[in-house]
Amino acid sequence: MATIGAVPIDLARGRGGGGPAPTRIVVAYGFWIFILSDMVMFSALFAAYAVLSGNTAGGPTGAELFDLRNVFIETMCLLLSSYTAGLGALSAERRQPGRFLIFAGLTFVLGAAFLFIEITEFAGMVRQGAGPSRSAFLSAFFTLVGTHGAHVAMGLLWLIYLVAQVIVKGLRPAVLRRLLCFSLFWHALDIVWVGVFTLVYLMGVQ
Amino acid sequence: MDRDDLPFYADRTPGVEEHEPTANVLSYTVGFALAVLATIASFVVAETDLLWPPGIAVGLVVLAIAQIGVHLVFFLHLGSGPESTNNILALTFGVLIVFLVIAGSLWIIANLDANMMPMPVH
Repeated sequence: MATIGAVPIDLARGRGGGGPAPTRIVVAYGFWIFILSDMVMFSALFAAYAVLSGNTAGGPTGAELFDLRNVFIETMCLLLSSYTAGLGALSAERRQPGRFLIFAGLTFVLGAAFLFIEITEFAGMVRQGAGPSRSAFLSAFFTLVGTHGAHVAMGLLWLIYLVAQVIVKGLRPAVLRRLLCFSLFWHALDIVWVGVFTLVYLMGVQ
Repeated sequence: MDRDDLPFYADRTPGVEEHEPTANVLSYTVGFALAVLATIASFVVAETDLLWPPGIAVGLVVLAIAQIGVHLVFFLHLGSGPESTNNILALTFGVLIVFLVIAGSLWIIANLDANMMPMPVH
């Protein structure tokens, strides 16, 4: 068999051999580029937070505001929902709609629990006068964590839409590709959250 | 005709065999277990004196990078396969930009801060 380096030419699509890549590879690649551009946007918010986190203008600091127990529960919800989203994507690929719907439901409930805890935390902070207008630190905090929360909320709406598509249209290739994009998006949000809980919460209470 | 209404086989490039799922329940479970371990380790490091206190920030960054690696390999399936080549190249470029934005901002602002005239305390 002909090879490019050590790779058989049939498998070397990414390097120009073996003809065009299958649609799902192309779609996943395009969506991956979108995710990376989203990461670049988050990096600007992380940089702003890192620069401004000390500027509390006499207001409360992270150590006074953050409750690590809550953050741990939030983190576990999101991580578990990433896991169930992965298992859901797997059941969809194996054409098991029943299992897919169970895992999609679990993903939705865990994502919603994450969002609920976050909104409760935000509301509590605003109530004690630590809203986004209090200091540069809090503006940066609400922008960074709020943008991540908005992504999670959009992901939940997207998941409802996809479940409706699976129910109406079934697990056909076009729907499977959309599910693939959704699971990429959901896992990427978890990666951003790793940055948030490390930089904002765990380093913020030191 | 809507793309969705095309028959199943129209989705595939001629000559390309049916896609074999590369992931399985085991790989997701291993990834999940590793991510949970890294998360718990992060919280333990942050809340105890297990690490030398000035080194806690470095320890947290190392754990975060390890966990991001676990997510990329076990959840996003970035591997050594030929289908991952383009995705990894794009990721490398993304990481470069993210690094430039974060490290560059911190560097420039720290420099500006050090050169500021002292301001009266309110």
